[in-house]
Amino acid sequence: MTMLADLVIAPTVLAMHAPVLLVIAPLLVGAATVLAPSGRFAWYMAVATSAFCLWMGISLAMEVSQNGVVSYHMGGWAPPRGIEFRIDALNSLAVVIISFMGLMSAIYAQPAVEREIRIEKRPMFYTAYQTCLAGLLGIVLTGDAFNLFVFLEISSIATYVLVALGAGRDRRALTASFNYLILGTIGATFFVIGVGFLYAATGTLNMADMARIMEADSLHHSRVVQAGFGFIVVGLGLKAAMFPLHQWLPPAYAHAPSFVTVFLSSTATKAAFYALARFMFSVFDPTFSFLEPVFLYVLAPLAAIAMLACSFQAVFQTDVRRILAYSSVAQVGYMLLGLATGTAAGLTAGMFHMANHALMKGALFMAVGAAALNASVWKVSHFNGAAARAPLTFTGLAVAGFSLMGVPLTAGFLSKWKLLEATLAEGWWWAAVVIGISSFLALFYVGRIMQAAFFAKAEEGAPEIKEAPFVVLLPLWLLAGLNIVFGLNPSLPLGMAEAGARAVLGVDLNISGGAQ
Amino acid sequence: MSMELLQELNPGFVMILAGFLSFLIRPAILRAFVTIGGPLLALILLRLYSDFSVDHGVISLMGIEMVTYRVDSLSFIFVLAFGIAAVLNSIYSLHIDDPLQEGCGLIYAGAAVAAAAAGDLLTIFIFWELTAISSVFLIWRSGTKAAYKAGMRYLAIQILSGVLLLFGATFYLQNHGDLHVRAISLQENGAWLIFIALGIKAAFPFLHNWLQDSYPKATPTGAVVLSAFTTKLAVYAFARLFPGEDILIYIGAAMTIFPVFFAVIENDLRKVLAYSLNNQVGFMICAIGMADLSTEYGRYALNGAAAHAFAHIMYKGLLFMTMGAVLYRTGTAKASELGGLYRTMPLTALFCLIGGASISAFPLFSGFIAKSMTMSAAAHEGYIIVWCMLLFASAGVLEHSGIKIPYFAFFSHDSGKRPKEAPFNMLLAMGCAAFICVAVGVPGLGGTRWLYSLLPYAESAQEYLDHSLWTTDHVITQLQLLVLAIFAFILLKRIGLYPPEKPGTILDVDWIYRKPGFGIASWANNVWARMGPALGEGMSSLFGVFQRRLTFAFSPEGQMSRGALAGVSAIWTAIILGLVLIVSILSAI
Repeated sequence: MTMLADLVIAPTVLAMHAPVLLVIAPLLVGAATVLAPSGRFAWYMAVATSAFCLWMGISLAMEVSQNGVVSYHMGGWAPPRGIEFRIDALNSLAVVIISFMGLMSAIYAQPAVEREIRIEKRPMFYTAYQTCLAGLLGIVLTGDAFNLFVFLEISSIATYVLVALGAGRDRRALTASFNYLILGTIGATFFVIGVGFLYAATGTLNMADMARIMEADSLHHSRVVQAGFGFIVVGLGLKAAMFPLHQWLPPAYAHAPSFVTVFLSSTATKAAFYALARFMFSVFDPTFSFLEPVFLYVLAPLAAIAMLACSFQAVFQTDVRRILAYSSVAQVGYMLLGLATGTAAGLTAGMFHMANHALMKGALFMAVGAAALNASVWKVSHFNGAAARAPLTFTGLAVAGFSLMGVPLTAGFLSKWKLLEATLAEGWWWAAVVIGISSFLALFYVGRIMQAAFFAKAEEGAPEIKEAPFVVLLPLWLLAGLNIVFGLNPSLPLGMAEAGARAVLGVDLNISGGAQ
Repeated sequence: MSMELLQELNPGFVMILAGFLSFLIRPAILRAFVTIGGPLLALILLRLYSDFSVDHGVISLMGIEMVTYRVDSLSFIFVLAFGIAAVLNSIYSLHIDDPLQEGCGLIYAGAAVAAAAAGDLLTIFIFWELTAISSVFLIWRSGTKAAYKAGMRYLAIQILSGVLLLFGATFYLQNHGDLHVRAISLQENGAWLIFIALGIKAAFPFLHNWLQDSYPKATPTGAVVLSAFTTKLAVYAFARLFPGEDILIYIGAAMTIFPVFFAVIENDLRKVLAYSLNNQVGFMICAIGMADLSTEYGRYALNGAAAHAFAHIMYKGLLFMTMGAVLYRTGTAKASELGGLYRTMPLTALFCLIGGASISAFPLFSGFIAKSMTMSAAAHEGYIIVWCMLLFASAGVLEHSGIKIPYFAFFSHDSGKRPKEAPFNMLLAMGCAAFICVAVGVPGLGGTRWLYSLLPYAESAQEYLDHSLWTTDHVITQLQLLVLAIFAFILLKRIGLYPPEKPGTILDVDWIYRKPGFGIASWANNVWARMGPALGEGMSSLFGVFQRRLTFAFSPEGQMSRGALAGVSAIWTAIILGLVLIVSILSAI
């Protein structure tokens, strides 16, 4: 263990500046990537940056787990005047997830990009990816509300570009991207309006400072604060694909390049979800009198409806990536349901499910993208008999699919179990029923894909699916394997999620008897 | 390997491991060692290293204690029966040389063993689901479209059962603070969820269709394997969680009756067996319902359920094996296409007769020593109506399983078919099962005493054996029932009133016993025969409407997908914002 620790802990000079390096490195290298002589060279740069970010991310997380909060003052200006990157246990989990999924999808990218993106656009494509990564990491690192908005915009604008580049393969990517642009902008605007209200009420932009002032001046009676809360919830909710503000998501995921879908599905909504959790639990206090009704009468019902309606919608889709996209919205419902309980157990379940969902959905989109490497494959029926021709790819898909269904011994099962515990502890038996129905529907929509791949016979003249190359199988199987590993021993993600809940709620959790 | 480690190991794990291993082994001979050796090893582990009522293999997952291995006097006999059945099934399947079927069958059996030998609900749930997932391949492997569809339906309902069980388990955790299995009452929060989950697996009336739907469509060997585990696992779970729950008495009694009508009009002999499976499970459920453990007869009833489960696994497996052998040799299991096979399959015919005699509870066969405990409990506890229902059902069993199955397959009119005798491995498996059926039934061989000594309340069982089982009037009563039923059958056969498609004997047996029963039974028969298809149509049109509504709402062309425009979504953002603001401002007043 100590050897491992020695390996991952960065040298002091790097470790001291890890928070800012996490953002600066992808931004600068990303800009330099435009000059890369070839798509392959640009890919090397993207992978190197992502690996560096993961290194920094893990090192930062270890520092947080040892020392509690890490506060980095940008340019030496102390908060609340200066911008602060403030990392506690809640964002260290998000940082690790995003940088890890960034590296996984970056490794996966090369064959898919070669097939889907025109040769002259490839370096710029990787630039957009790294910019997006910088933005997402910025969202989860920063301790400054307005700075968060800036990073939200950086990541979003890069995302619009990435989605639109799917037009080389599928012209519908353009409308999908435009749609996303409009809605994303609305979301960001709402968010910044909300931040404006809070600034008006508290006179500060630093999130920790805001929380302190609201608490000290008991500002929760203030209409301004309440209005700010409403705008922030809707703005971030849109970014996190909260039902019914999710409608940008299915077309964007379905028509974007395969790599972009993998990357976005496992990072973008996660970052927004983290921000939502941060505002609800850390900036605002769940004990504020107006929060609980919003949780109970708005968030929880919306989460429940998302889990049911979007699961149904997934059952009836014919396009595989749309099935998975609707399933993502339903899964966001699970996470929001956890938040909506307003308890430490619920927040833990939500964050835990967020981590697991990144792993499973990343693997699923990877497998689907891998099948499309050699042929134009997008319908469920195109997958008929594919498992015989690409056994490794589809076994990976099956493992992640089982996790998504919540089969025991997979990570998905445990996070649903945690969520059940959290909702039942609140006496929300209806939520338990909804979780059950939604899991049952997942059996159908995932089962359909698996059934086609493993049991159906290939049709005449169906597209020829081949086994994916090693660079695709490696991250796919790493993710699928982690679903099993965390299903057997969830102490790492669950421990981090619990630490996160403990950090923001300041309570000692004794909800699971602690991690092993 | 040290003994401590072996003590920690649930024998089901060994079987599951052997199942996975057998996927990888190509040469059939080597694979046979694994598929037969796996369950044998599991039985040895169970015999040598189990100490009763001690928690083993305890692991903690997210703070929930999982007891992966714990046997006591109740679970021991179930685990033993599952293990023996797994060995016999492996022998029976040797000739097919299909790693998928053999491996899945073994994983399925192992999951059943692991669940029965588990000490907490979460472990049971995990293996509960594994039985569903591994067994569906035995249905799919038939390769027909009908089998595929039936397999999908089977899987869906089995998984549903697991999901319900899981929900029940979360409530259980809230109620008790842990998941260790113990007897619970239906008044508890969420107990109904567990009850229904178990009821699906036990094929309660109206939850039973998956069984008749899927088992007859499985492969010849698959049906044998399927018949042994799923429903008996549910019986075990009921005995464990809901002993003495009154409602089970009536559900069980109803279960013994209703399949009789279906079984007599059914032409597919494997489907007849599927219905009679239902009827037999009804006996066990009924017995569990009567198992108020504070009374002597309550303990008899629980003993009866356990003994019946053991005996039933053997003779029902035997009957499915004989029909599987017939199906394997002739390609059909339809009564109308069979007949006269005793000429060339004499041993199979003999085994089938033994199975038939056992299931009909002839004295000297295993069914008698098992079922009589339940009947005694019903009579002494004062459940007269239930006792009558069970008696009627016993006559029904004799008709459709004891007589109809062997008669139409092996005797009856000569179909002209001259198939070869079943392969040696099938004969061996059938012979072993038949041996067990006889050995535990014949007094003086010690088999009955051995079986009774394994029952949950061994002392009560021994007392019953010494004082009540072989009393004259008990044996005579049973013989009366059986002889009259056979007499009726022969008589009707002579005067040509017993065509294969029409129900006859059962009504006449009933007529001999209770004249008024005839009218009711015949009326019920007609109603069932007509209502069955009509009900089916009604259900499918109802679900058709439901499905059309769902498609209309959720499909890619449906209403829910129309709003995917920026404008509509923008309005939604405003609506949600309004909602949040209204709620937060109202609540702040």
